[in-house]
Amino acid sequence: MLTAHGLACDRGDRRLFSAVDFAVAPGQWLQVEGPNGAGKTSLLRIVAGLAPAADGRIEWDGQPVAQVRDEYHARLLYLGHAPSIKDDLSALENLQTAAAVAGRPLDEHTALTALRRIGLKGREDLPTRVLSQGQKRRVALARLLCSQARLWILDEPFVALDVAAVSQLCEILDEHLSRGGMLLFTSHQAVQLGGTPSSLRLGA
Amino acid sequence: MSAFFAIVRRDLLLAARRKSEVFTALFFFMIVVSLFPLGIGPETALLRRIAPGVLWVAALLAAMLSLNRLFAADHADGTLEQMALSPTPLALLVAGKTLAHWLTAGLPLVLLAPVLGIQFDLSARSLGILMLSLLLGTPILSLIGAIGAALTLGLRGGGVLLSLLVLPLYIPALIFGAGAVEADMAGLGVGGHLSLLGALLALGVFFAPWAATAALRIALE
Repeated sequence: MLTAHGLACDRGDRRLFSAVDFAVAPGQWLQVEGPNGAGKTSLLRIVAGLAPAADGRIEWDGQPVAQVRDEYHARLLYLGHAPSIKDDLSALENLQTAAAVAGRPLDEHTALTALRRIGLKGREDLPTRVLSQGQKRRVALARLLCSQARLWILDEPFVALDVAAVSQLCEILDEHLSRGGMLLFTSHQAVQLGGTPSSLRLGA
Repeated sequence: MSAFFAIVRRDLLLAARRKSEVFTALFFFMIVVSLFPLGIGPETALLRRIAPGVLWVAALLAAMLSLNRLFAADHADGTLEQMALSPTPLALLVAGKTLAHWLTAGLPLVLLAPVLGIQFDLSARSLGILMLSLLLGTPILSLIGAIGAALTLGLRGGGVLLSLLVLPLYIPALIFGAGAVEADMAGLGVGGHLSLLGALLALGVFFAPWAATAALRIALE
């Protein structure tokens, strides 16, 4: 269970948003909406623990995140704007390294299965610099398939994906929610997912 | 610990895929060191006298060449965020990156130094001491360099600022490293110099990753 109380964020002298409250329980998803510059990415970074909030607090299972940071990060998967992919490594190496850094090393078989399912069959061993933007995005999304994390925080996960990949990603997100996972994401498009929906509008 | 080795392995793999960066620094070291005997001419006494300083200064500059990219690439592609979100302490991952930097930018200098030292007519014994002092000293350069690279991360013109920041901090390593070889040539014991280098290294291993991590967290905000 993730709860946020009275979150605020400053960018320079300007207050981007204030008094943002939300709660995400297992099986629930929260879509953060708002115009460009409303602070969607800033909110996700604050919730992930990458940036400090100007005000307010975030709790994980009733405890402040600052106190249970390691436990929280072990249960969290964050995919930001930058795909966190090394151009000189292959899709397989990228996926395995990312998993090892996240504290859950992957064996080659599991990693290959995930890459094939996400539609990168035959491209597992190519350096990612020869892949297209959408395919790079898929390499990053393959992490979702191998993830045991309970809370997924995704910043614009649908960007640069083709129609087939969008529906596949929705399928993956549905599976996560039906396993009792929690999901927090930003997107400008309307998304239909299972589980309990809720949405948050910033800068309204 | 598996995350630590994963980072070391990844950075070594990346260096192997981009060999040009590693070799640029090595050739820079070779050329700078070789210019001195060519410029001064065959005056063996003078060459022998300046050898330790020249080799050490060239090593400082060569080790600095690749510092810019130590965290910048990870920062740009978002990998640094993922490292900060790892359940493994960020300082341990930073230590892993520093180790990988030393293995690709420091260790080759140590191995190359005795070959280049021959141009300066150094004795086999002095070459051995030179290698030993570089072996203790080059990790210090990577560790201090990591702090500088983290502090200048995301700044415009960070490259020049990085050298201004880091080179003065390299001075103790330079004094004791070059001093060890000079002391040996003067017939004095080298124990003191090498112990001090070892002490600097121990201090660096314990504190530099923490300092670099604190700077990285500021850059990430």
